[in-house]
Amino acid sequence: MPLSLVVNGRPHSVDVDPSTPLLYVLSDDLRLRGPKFGCGLGQCGACTVIVRGQAIRSCVTPVRLMAGAEITTLEGLGSPEKPHPIQQAFIDEQAAQCGFCLNAVIMTAKAFLDQHPTASDEEIRSAFANVLCRCFTHTRLMKAIDRYRRGLGGPAAGDQARGR
Amino acid sequence: MRFTPEANEALARAGFSRRTFLKGAGVLLVGFSAAAVGERTGLAQGPFGTQDRRVARQLDSWLAIGADGRVTAYTGKCELGQGMFTVQTQLVAEELSVALHRVHLIQCDTALTPDQGTTSGSQSTPTNFNHRNLAQAAATAREALVGMAARKLGVPASGLALEDGVIHAKETPAKRVTYAQLVGGRKFELEVSDTAKRRPASEWTVLGKPIGRIGLPEIATGQFEYVHNVHVPGMLHGQVVRPPTVGAALAGVDEHSVSGLPGFVKLVVRKNFVGVVCEKPWQAIQAARALKATWTPGPPLPPQAQLYERLRSQQPSRDTLVVDSGDVDRTLAQAATVLKATYLYPYQMHGSMGTSCAVADVSHGKATVWSPTQSAYPTRSGVAMLLGMAVDDVHVIFKQGAGCYGLNGADTVSYDAALLSQAVGRPVRIQLTRKDEMVWENFGYAYVLDQRVGVDAGGTIVAWDCETWSPTRGNRPGYGRPGNVITGFLAGFEPEPFDARAATPPTRFRNGANAAPSYVAGCAGGTCDGAGTVRSERVLAHQVASPFFTGPLRSPSRLQNTFAHESMMDEVAAHLKADPVAFRLKHLSDPRLADVVKAAARRAGWDARPSPRPGNPRTGVVHGRGIACVAYEGDNGYSALVAEVEVDQDTGRITVTRFVAGQDCGPISNPDGMRNQIEGGALQGMSRVLGEAVTWDEEKVTSLDWRSYHSLPVGIRVPVFESELLNRTDVPATGAGETVITIAAAAIGNAVFDATGARLREAPFTPERVRAALAAR
Repeated sequence: MPLSLVVNGRPHSVDVDPSTPLLYVLSDDLRLRGPKFGCGLGQCGACTVIVRGQAIRSCVTPVRLMAGAEITTLEGLGSPEKPHPIQQAFIDEQAAQCGFCLNAVIMTAKAFLDQHPTASDEEIRSAFANVLCRCFTHTRLMKAIDRYRRGLGGPAAGDQARGR
Repeated sequence: MRFTPEANEALARAGFSRRTFLKGAGVLLVGFSAAAVGERTGLAQGPFGTQDRRVARQLDSWLAIGADGRVTAYTGKCELGQGMFTVQTQLVAEELSVALHRVHLIQCDTALTPDQGTTSGSQSTPTNFNHRNLAQAAATAREALVGMAARKLGVPASGLALEDGVIHAKETPAKRVTYAQLVGGRKFELEVSDTAKRRPASEWTVLGKPIGRIGLPEIATGQFEYVHNVHVPGMLHGQVVRPPTVGAALAGVDEHSVSGLPGFVKLVVRKNFVGVVCEKPWQAIQAARALKATWTPGPPLPPQAQLYERLRSQQPSRDTLVVDSGDVDRTLAQAATVLKATYLYPYQMHGSMGTSCAVADVSHGKATVWSPTQSAYPTRSGVAMLLGMAVDDVHVIFKQGAGCYGLNGADTVSYDAALLSQAVGRPVRIQLTRKDEMVWENFGYAYVLDQRVGVDAGGTIVAWDCETWSPTRGNRPGYGRPGNVITGFLAGFEPEPFDARAATPPTRFRNGANAAPSYVAGCAGGTCDGAGTVRSERVLAHQVASPFFTGPLRSPSRLQNTFAHESMMDEVAAHLKADPVAFRLKHLSDPRLADVVKAAARRAGWDARPSPRPGNPRTGVVHGRGIACVAYEGDNGYSALVAEVEVDQDTGRITVTRFVAGQDCGPISNPDGMRNQIEGGALQGMSRVLGEAVTWDEEKVTSLDWRSYHSLPVGIRVPVFESELLNRTDVPATGAGETVITIAAAAIGNAVFDATGARLREAPFTPERVRAALAAR
């Protein structure tokens, strides 16, 4: 039976096994390139999408649970010509090597900071306890996240450290 | 971004039956047949297609000026996340004096680009940025264009200036001609000149500048096409069913266990290679899980706890004397002090963020493989061997994958896709499961390293003796060994045989694996090519057979050797109560290496004194600093790294709080790109030394996901990072991607010693090992 999904504001009807993880529907049926298969186990974040403001791991989320839900993927935030401020922050900081983790990092950061715009460094680190980057671009990733946080009016990196 | 992903894809597929090609300023995609390439698109380049590995001498193999004046360049060195696409584009733009966006770079496509072997070994910059290959081709093209313009305009070459694809007379700028008018759409028909002059670094306006990564806006917005995103019409999805244990052989397979599953297309068996093909990716995963196969177990694996002891005694072995002055035992016997230590390093994995993926279309006697391989041409040969096809009937198109750092599953998954596609006669995509990626990749080498260092009464090192053991099996497949990775092996090809060999005295000193420490003179065959002063020297390396496939994980052997050398140097300095920086400088003869040590120490505000740090308590949190340095591969990049750490002596947890690097890799092509590599290298080295180790039980690898293999997450306290780049334009360009990772382990271990007085000799430095070392103080 076809399932209805709303992805990046557009309705889609997909006819798949309802146990199929959402990721496969997004990347294979809908040909989206943002969410990626990293582990299939919910351990790395590569497949992250945003649903109801929450970052969820689409590789372990059966598509049937998403029926009718509004799903935002990385391409739903902005385009190369008009990136979302958080995407622009990663471009400005040149925060990538292979770039395969950027979906994980950007989507996790956006969901978290939009809900917690004044999050401390420590709180941000907790939000990234299960997000990986194997090129270890960590220094730049954190700078980009901080840049976006400052744009939201949050504290600058290191404020908490200095305050201690 | 200068190309849309569609345009990128089109370029990569150019010259290939009914394909598309980017033309003009937008994304006008024009269908054309291969025969009409030159005519329809103004592109002069014909299919390259060489089978042998001759260096491409024809300028047209490297560069073409289109009818629209755009420059198309062809390279065999591809983008792996290290920035090679961007810097090569900068290089061509610089040498031809055109704007960056007027250069189209086509990378690693066996129908189009020169065969430059493998993108590896920190060789892309030395290969393409010095006086040969791509750089020299671009210089040749510039010289040729100027010569043509001089004849056309009747102005001597010295009176001409180049500006964004236009050559004009300096005196009368109205006298002008464009590149397109001179040669657009036609071949140069010239050989690459050995004497064409490169643009001097002092005049660079594009190269040497911190140009942002081409493609990053597309990556950050989910538009970039990785190999994972390649969709071919009619494409099916495959999965492999690897043996349950190492060395197991297929005894039987029950097709009925999967034949009724939704979307099932075919079960593929070839000797011990087993795979399934289905309509949809999730169906293929379920079919692979459901398949009932029986396997005959292989011999038991050596117990992990006994790995290092076994390496020492295992026979046969392949032995290499890297250097041997012949007097080491005598000098050590006469030394005032002899220090001995053994260092241990585990198998580690590449563990790519995205599991490896490839798409293959094998039909009508031809094969096309979209592959993230670092070795397009060698992979073409391997695929041809596996499929029983002629090499010329196989086309490998590189598509960027997740960062690979050496030999991840990229080659093996390309074979998987090809075998599955051949079996069904339709295009097949496969992306490995996390377990299949991690359990069967070619691991980085485990190592045992024994050090003996003799010191005279005056506190100078007089002898250095190093003996190492490491296991090996398989490697990069190269042009003829598909059995060097798991899929080729399962399908019936043997890995490179393990040749036992007795050591013979070296006739020349080569330190390509950094087997010798930087402090030895490296004398052999009448010359001394080492970076140091110690003349009584011996380095003996043993390789033995590995139960697991192994391969070149970023800084292969160089990292393990340097961990032992740079830690040992620190032990000697500490024993003599000497400052680690001053003690290193005292034993270095190579000024470039000495300079990076000084630069890093100066930038770090190095606290010159012996280690350990006086006054640190023996409980609670303590701080320390350490340094390590390397002349990578002897002469392929010079780096020093200062690490500052915090050690919680109660928990055994190490936190690196600051890294300061000094680096000299000759002329810098892109300083921001180099900083990015330094930062990533140091942190990857940190993750490897703090937590990463392959584990196994009696029959199988047990580190199979991110719970069982420990990669430091993005949410760690990231160290403060500073890099001091020494930009030397009077020497050849070297590699820069493997330098700093090589020294991270020792810099951290030395800092821990400085903080605590406890020496860590076994990686990874887990909290348990740290606590044990602290208890043993």
